[in-house]
Amino acid sequence: MDFLNAIIALLNFVVVPAVAYGSQLALGALGVTLIYGILRFSNFAHGDTMAFGAMITVLFTWLFQSWGISLGPLPTALLALPIGILGCMALLLATDRVVYRFYREQKAKPVILVIVSLGVTFILNGLVRFIIGPDDQRFADGERFIVSARTFKELTGLREGLAIKTTQGITVITAVVVVALLFWFLNRTRTGKSMRAYSDNEDLALLSGINPERVVMITWLIVAGLATIAGVLYGLDKSFKPFTYFQLLLPIFASAIVGGLGNPIGAIAGGFVIAFSEVTVTYAWKKVLTYLMPEGLEPDGLVQLLSTDYKLAVSFLILLIVLLFKPTGLFKGKAV
Amino acid sequence: MIVVEDLHKHFGGFHAVDGASLEIAEGSITGLIGPNGAGKTTLFNVIAGVLPPTSGRVTMAGEDITGLAPHELFHKGLLRTFQIAHEFSSMTCRENLMMVPGNQIGETLWNTWFGRKRIADQERALRAKADEVLEFLTVEHLADHKAGQISGGQKKLLELGRTMMVEARIVFLDEVGAGVNRTLLNTIGDAILRLNAERGYTFVVIEHDMDFIGRLCDPVICMAEGKVLAEGTLAEIKANEQVIEAYLGTGLKNKQKVEA
Repeated sequence: MDFLNAIIALLNFVVVPAVAYGSQLALGALGVTLIYGILRFSNFAHGDTMAFGAMITVLFTWLFQSWGISLGPLPTALLALPIGILGCMALLLATDRVVYRFYREQKAKPVILVIVSLGVTFILNGLVRFIIGPDDQRFADGERFIVSARTFKELTGLREGLAIKTTQGITVITAVVVVALLFWFLNRTRTGKSMRAYSDNEDLALLSGINPERVVMITWLIVAGLATIAGVLYGLDKSFKPFTYFQLLLPIFASAIVGGLGNPIGAIAGGFVIAFSEVTVTYAWKKVLTYLMPEGLEPDGLVQLLSTDYKLAVSFLILLIVLLFKPTGLFKGKAV
Repeated sequence: MIVVEDLHKHFGGFHAVDGASLEIAEGSITGLIGPNGAGKTTLFNVIAGVLPPTSGRVTMAGEDITGLAPHELFHKGLLRTFQIAHEFSSMTCRENLMMVPGNQIGETLWNTWFGRKRIADQERALRAKADEVLEFLTVEHLADHKAGQISGGQKKLLELGRTMMVEARIVFLDEVGAGVNRTLLNTIGDAILRLNAERGYTFVVIEHDMDFIGRLCDPVICMAEGKVLAEGTLAEIKANEQVIEAYLGTGLKNKQKVEA
């Protein structure tokens, strides 16, 4: 029984949150990795792109809520999500037109584009805070749990409960669907193949019939979709606060780099590696260990390796290890 | 077919192409030779739209094509290959060929979702064509191999195959024979001659292998220091004193002068 309780505690406090967080990171990292692979620069504005898409979604969620529209047990935000994606697409196409295209025509070096994207970051950062304010915003509604800890305890008679939040369930399902669609798109459709071709060999793609501007545009559109979905899922799961999206940049980039920049499968794997490391390192293992250790040997302390305040350090550390020992990442990304 | 007028391409103070003027006749296989650094590849790059010219004009069949983007030139039937073979390494040889034709139905997001049937029809036609091209080049066994894993010479053949996927009018081949063994080079030469005769492709060939040039090309243009030095048959070029000077330097002559 103790063993079962330990497993349930582990699932409840480590596995479920890490899977949800990992899916969010994976979606974010996919956006970063697509831009890196196709447009050939590290887009530091990605975190704030997520914030922008999520912000539009939040605003429309509020509007729908005020109209009394809801999806029943599902969060209303899902209804507003397509509008958020459209808004984010408009923003990214506008930034591309106004900012990035100029540098692309100059054939600017990736380093320059990185700094340019940093500038875009600050502008988006300010824009989002100007519109919605710097504070925490709640927009989740609908049923809070798929399985709540109490019903689980009543059902099984165990001492530990397993809670699965609706948002966690939605996160994982959405992530699976989106990733499946993306891979189908990249591998099976002509448009996706043009994108892969452009990423593989830009010179040759230019000298084939591939229209580079169209590839770039479609990339931005897809990235807008991924970023908004990731941003909204993260916001639903935790809460929407503009600054946290800026902070998310580190784990997202760590995920993309750990998996191998430019490689979509790597981005997903990297997202889960980072999420699981972050959660396991900052989790207080006392509860699980108490169940597992023989009587009298239970730990007195929390057995928490790192305070949650330092969770960003985990991404840093993993990033460092990967860059030192396997700079192209787990799945052989590109190196510039 | 192609007329280049007083073309300049400067990189800072370095004049890679320095006032080159030349004319390429329709249906010819023109050889472009010259010592390393003569500006041959840069000239190619400017004509093919990879680099913008500093000044000068390029016309194709009377139409000004100066400074057009590579994919626009591609649609006009102007194609080029690279000195070092380029390929989409993670795709199969067949897929590489199928990538070539531009403006395919499946290239817009809308059709990806709502034009599935039309895309499938087009893909089937392209696939048949790609297989036909691979057969023409006698490499049909490579169809399902990843293009990144085939040999350097086979990549060159694949590059030539790319030009056959569309209605090319003029093809620029940049050192198609570099690093290719004799047998394969002959296969490439045969393919070029057949394409020229059967499909009326015009070719411009940069090559250092004089046997290859001699077999295929007439006329031959010799470049040096960014300028066109001489034009004529290979025999005429070989006899041209300026050309010999460009290749071997003026040391010999100066020595003779001193002795005199």
